[in-house]
Amino acid sequence: MSTTVQEPAVQTSDEAILGFVDCDVHPYTKTPADLDAFLPERWRKLRHSIGNRSRSSFVGAPNYPRMSPGVGMRMDSWPKDGGHPGSDLAMMREQLLDAFAVSYGMMMPLLGRGGDERNVEFGAALCSAANDWEAQVWCDNEPRLKAAIQITTEYTEAAIKEIEKRAGDRRFTHVMIPPRGLEPLGRRRYWPILEACAANGFPIALHLGGTSGHPSTGGGWPSFYHEEHPSYPQSKEALVTSLVTEGVFEHLPNLRVALVEGGFAWLPSLSWRLDKHYQRLREEVPHLKMLPSEYIRRNIWVTTQPIEEPEHPEDLITTCEWIGWDRIMFSTDYPHWDQDDPRYAFKVKVPEKEKRMLYRENALSFYNLEA
Amino acid sequence: MARHVVATVGEIPPGGKKVVNPAGREICVYNVNGEHYALINRCPHEGAALSYGHVLGCFESKRPGEYQLTRKGEMLRCPWHGWEFDIKTGQSWCHPESVKARTYKVEVVPGELLAKGPFVAETVQVKIDGEYVVVEV
Amino acid sequence: MTIPAPGAIDCDIHPALPGTHVLLPYLDEYWRAHVRMRGLERDNYNAAAFPVNAPINARPDWKPPRGNAGCDFDTLRTQALDGFGTKFAICNVLHGAQAIFSEDLSAAFCRAINDWVAKEWLDRDPRLRASIVVPMHSPELAAREIERCAADQRFVQVLVWEMQEIPLGRRQHWPIYRVAEQLDLPIGIHAGSSYRHPPTNLGWPSYYLEDYISWSTGFAGVLNSLISEGVFVEFPRLKVVLMESGVTWLPAWMWRANKTWRGVRAEVPWLEKSPAEYAREHVRVTSQPFDAPPNAAMLRKIIEEIDCEDMLMFSTDYPHWHFDGNDALPDGLPEHLLKKILVDNALKTYPRLTS
Repeated sequence: MSTTVQEPAVQTSDEAILGFVDCDVHPYTKTPADLDAFLPERWRKLRHSIGNRSRSSFVGAPNYPRMSPGVGMRMDSWPKDGGHPGSDLAMMREQLLDAFAVSYGMMMPLLGRGGDERNVEFGAALCSAANDWEAQVWCDNEPRLKAAIQITTEYTEAAIKEIEKRAGDRRFTHVMIPPRGLEPLGRRRYWPILEACAANGFPIALHLGGTSGHPSTGGGWPSFYHEEHPSYPQSKEALVTSLVTEGVFEHLPNLRVALVEGGFAWLPSLSWRLDKHYQRLREEVPHLKMLPSEYIRRNIWVTTQPIEEPEHPEDLITTCEWIGWDRIMFSTDYPHWDQDDPRYAFKVKVPEKEKRMLYRENALSFYNLEA
Repeated sequence: MARHVVATVGEIPPGGKKVVNPAGREICVYNVNGEHYALINRCPHEGAALSYGHVLGCFESKRPGEYQLTRKGEMLRCPWHGWEFDIKTGQSWCHPESVKARTYKVEVVPGELLAKGPFVAETVQVKIDGEYVVVEV
Repeated sequence: MTIPAPGAIDCDIHPALPGTHVLLPYLDEYWRAHVRMRGLERDNYNAAAFPVNAPINARPDWKPPRGNAGCDFDTLRTQALDGFGTKFAICNVLHGAQAIFSEDLSAAFCRAINDWVAKEWLDRDPRLRASIVVPMHSPELAAREIERCAADQRFVQVLVWEMQEIPLGRRQHWPIYRVAEQLDLPIGIHAGSSYRHPPTNLGWPSYYLEDYISWSTGFAGVLNSLISEGVFVEFPRLKVVLMESGVTWLPAWMWRANKTWRGVRAEVPWLEKSPAEYAREHVRVTSQPFDAPPNAAMLRKIIEEIDCEDMLMFSTDYPHWHFDGNDALPDGLPEHLLKKILVDNALKTYPRLTS
């Protein structure tokens, strides 16, 4: 940062971003009880007796406490009449959907925690309830919002059933899987679920998260959120590595995968590294018919938030060129603390054609949305 | 440049703040231990309204594991990305030379002086015996 | 490209133990008896992170007539030293001794390996230097071993693996860093895991290819830990060398670490500079395997983004197989950096090379 910055420079004009597709919006319940209405009695009771059991240290908080209240919410997003940020549609419209005339907001609900639940039957019920809640509480009141199909990857039959149940319902546009599961997502035991996504035409949105029980780094649990937050890209790198080397994209060439909330600047280097070491170790993975980078280029999309902040802003353009502008989609992550404002996220001028791709066109085609 | 009367002194007690709009500029006036400072209400990073941020102090350390809270009430933390700013200078903690929130000149002026003008008072009624916060924009 | 002139310093070569039995003469009487009692000298404690016959770990034309790649002194001398015109080469023994759960047995094996390296390798060629292997999970014994070996100036750094029980920055490790800083020994952090945890936070991958890719993401975690915990604040003269780590992941890591720091630094208030600045001052990276982009212009861009002429240090990673012939550096490295990469940066990083 060599020049003095006193106010954010408007690098992206309003016209260019108006009507953008937001690939990461987080709706929340007003109170935890809101989900009860969508749960069968057995699970409602269990939710209030034993409750959620994942593979982390605390019941109602993440392993790494965030640096702002509400588990890391932007502080101007608390509804005045109470409730959690992201729980009030009027406020979400005011701060996001109407403010930027958002065409579509792709919901990534982080509630219910069905995907993390150790009791997989309970987990499947929580996922299904959260999906109904998304559709009825959000999509039916605001058709610009599109629902994620939440599933638990540890209960294959229920996951497939849930995907098939939502197929054909235009409110649902993508399957959401918390990537930190028990095993890397590319492993064979998850293929029936991935096959169901492809067969039903759903792209997969992999938002960071999940409580695998495995430490955030291969060398153990870090001490600080200051380490946890920058570990998300490494998680994404492992995810891409797993999906590619296991041959998922050889088996399902039409499967489309979006990486959400992991940034993206790491992707070119990962591609080069994979190609280099694949040349040496290819006899271990004979099921791959192309270079790893070619599968990445064909099947993987990235979302922008949290936007990379190079020391020289123009380096971001180079990075985007190396990835391919047709594979990058804008996301805000509203209402989290590290969300991006579409006007100011890019500190460098994005060419006009690429801007349209990044803010709108890539996502319309990725999610099969009507223009 | 014009001088704008934006508040009575009593409206912004020590530790308090008020968002004002002189000349169409959203500015937040802070009272830091009895002295007034004004910052533009937009973070230089991505434009968040700084007035929503915590004003607690400066989290500092001489060495790992030792902690001290200094400059209580003088540091503002952006309500979005947590960038910290010195309310008195607008300088950011991480990049004090290159990243600053724009500051404005503030003074407390007795009503009788204001009566001589020139000043702009759009929303505050000025009385001779009152004391007023004046921002230069 | 091949090395433009002789006299390079090779910061990462791997002499290998022919077998655990070779350590018997180097164990003290007690531990020799202990090892014999359990028959451990017949077992193979090679590190699981580096399967010795995986093609990436054993270049075909670098295999000796008998035994595993790296086992034979004459072969290594001809290929790794004479072959590249090397002035100094630093021996990093990658052996499972450092991962043995018992702190005391691990320490006994580490002592034996250090003495074996001194006698069987360093004594036989004046160009060889070595890293001190230590039981990292026992800071007290590790610090003691560092002090013991440091009397021999040919030991130029401390060798640890990137992925162990707890992140490397944690305060438990600080006695090791304290003594290393005092004795002018950088901490050489080598790729690899003792597999106390899965190498990725998604769990256990299927393929060695995935493990190998994870070494680079592991290093990102290592840097996040060392910097966040304040290791470089507490030990301002300490240098760490990342070995067999790849190179081109650094800019993206810097950008992200800096971004987090700007928002979250109040959690770790002892940091007075951005993570990238700490890295440029304290972190060095060896060149192989160089995960280079497809062309020279892109490589120059990455080097420009790393923006630190002191950071890169030459290595062949002998006998691991990342390049053929003598093509030990990627094309496209700026001319003015070559001498720094090949010689100067290592001389500055390892004070003991010139003492």
